[in-house]
Amino acid sequence: MGVLVLGEHDNNSLKPATLNTVTAACAISPDVTLLIAGSGCRAAAEAAAKIVGIARVLLADAAHLAHGLPENLAAVIAKLAPGFSHVLAPATTFGKNVTPRAAALLDTAQVSDVIAIESPDTFVRPIYAGNARATVKSAEAIKFLTVRATAFAAAAAVGGQAPIEVVGDTVDLGLTRFMRQELSKSERPELTAARIVISGGRGMQSGENFKLIEQLADKLGAAVGASRAAVDAGFVPNDYQVGQTGKIVAPDLYVAVGISGAIQHLAGMKDSKVIVAINKDGEAPIFQIADYGLVGDLFKALPEFIAELDKPR
Amino acid sequence: MKILVAVKRVIDFNVKVRVKADRSGVETANVKMSMNPFDEIAVEEAVRLKEKGVAAEVIAVSMGPQSCQETIRTALALGADRGIHVNTDIELQPLAVAKLLASIIKREQPSLAILGKQAIDDDCNQTGQMLAGLLGWAQGTFISKLAIEGAEAEITREVDGGLEVLRLNLPAVLTTDLRLNEPRYATLPNIMKAKKKPIETLSPADLGVDASPRLSTLKVDEPPKRQGGKMVQSTAELVEKLRSEAKVI
Repeated sequence: MGVLVLGEHDNNSLKPATLNTVTAACAISPDVTLLIAGSGCRAAAEAAAKIVGIARVLLADAAHLAHGLPENLAAVIAKLAPGFSHVLAPATTFGKNVTPRAAALLDTAQVSDVIAIESPDTFVRPIYAGNARATVKSAEAIKFLTVRATAFAAAAAVGGQAPIEVVGDTVDLGLTRFMRQELSKSERPELTAARIVISGGRGMQSGENFKLIEQLADKLGAAVGASRAAVDAGFVPNDYQVGQTGKIVAPDLYVAVGISGAIQHLAGMKDSKVIVAINKDGEAPIFQIADYGLVGDLFKALPEFIAELDKPR
Repeated sequence: MKILVAVKRVIDFNVKVRVKADRSGVETANVKMSMNPFDEIAVEEAVRLKEKGVAAEVIAVSMGPQSCQETIRTALALGADRGIHVNTDIELQPLAVAKLLASIIKREQPSLAILGKQAIDDDCNQTGQMLAGLLGWAQGTFISKLAIEGAEAEITREVDGGLEVLRLNLPAVLTTDLRLNEPRYATLPNIMKAKKKPIETLSPADLGVDASPRLSTLKVDEPPKRQGGKMVQSTAELVEKLRSEAKVI
């Protein structure tokens, strides 16, 4: 009885969180199977076969599995799952959408957002926006988990050579139609996988002013994030949001600019290695968790920060 | 059409939670409780559909101890028509909640069930998806836009890469994201009116559901604390520290 991992991909390549989920799976069992389901996704399956630690890849390729629509995909997972002791998926919007549905089809509870694996049936997960951690034991015959990518190292993407087996006989339930997607285009690294993240908050005052954040980000090869306040105000798109209900990041360096530090925001970034806060309010709670705090006007500090990086060392 | 909304009573989002000394959970005695913020958004969306003439009736469901009736009253004050309270003192986990909701839905036959995408206490983000699976319905999770058009719902979902637009067959289960709407405040006259609206009380046994927990919590503890608070006086000092001390740039 091995572990089944639901791979997240864009048909051609794997999303980074898949590699972290594989590491979590390998902590449970040496027998890890990766499922790649989609439409025209053989290239993604071939990439999956190269991951170190994968015993085999299952490829479910059908038009009705395009775009990760959860109704059809959950049915595939629920059919395969009884051959495994665990089903793991990344705790991304993709994994969060489909995994609980598949678990319910098998009358099975799920453990969400796992940050540590204590044993094959005992897992640690954050609750209350990360202000507490629960250690949870599951007695289910098949254990469904979603895995927080930042809590596990990425498995090596190349070096393995797993066989690819085709899964046929999948069903189109015809409940949902995909219309379109509006994906944010950016040359910058992906927020959840970036080594450095620069985030702006309400203090940025406008979307226009986020250019300052972007300039600093580009200078450092960083991704750009935001607090909920900045997203709600329309300064930046929803997929920039870092926090309890947005993205969870844990970069080497997180720079919070004009962010006061509500617990909901801290939940998304407090596992960063080094945190810098720039805020004009010296009492802002963000300073209590920041490794380096700078009290000052961000409209002065950001250009200075950029200029400082330009100076010869 | 009829709309069912699920509302959960949780520790208010402004409260800093404290872990109990015996590590069995978090302190809930004398702590301010509120409706889960995502569920307020669900209620608001349902009430707006009613105000637009799309929905005829909005039913608010909550589950747990007697005090959940307060949360149902809040939903009624926001514009829901009647409430259903599944009264139980056992710990309800997402799968049990989904089963109880599925059983209520079989009796009530709504065209839409709207839930919050996650509760801010256990942060599970499971119940809506599980409910849709149990019912065999379409699911639209993390939605920031909703339009009902005939027997379909067009939804915009907030996903990791941006936004995604889907059309779902009705009936369907929807879960709300933050930007779907801004919930109204209950007015005093509506709070008074809500007191007269009916709340039906049921037990898990009435609904034919075994709601006992499947997962056991061995302990609840605090995450490691960060040592923050070091201040720098200038950007020059900041950059110097990031280079030579933290070595991250």
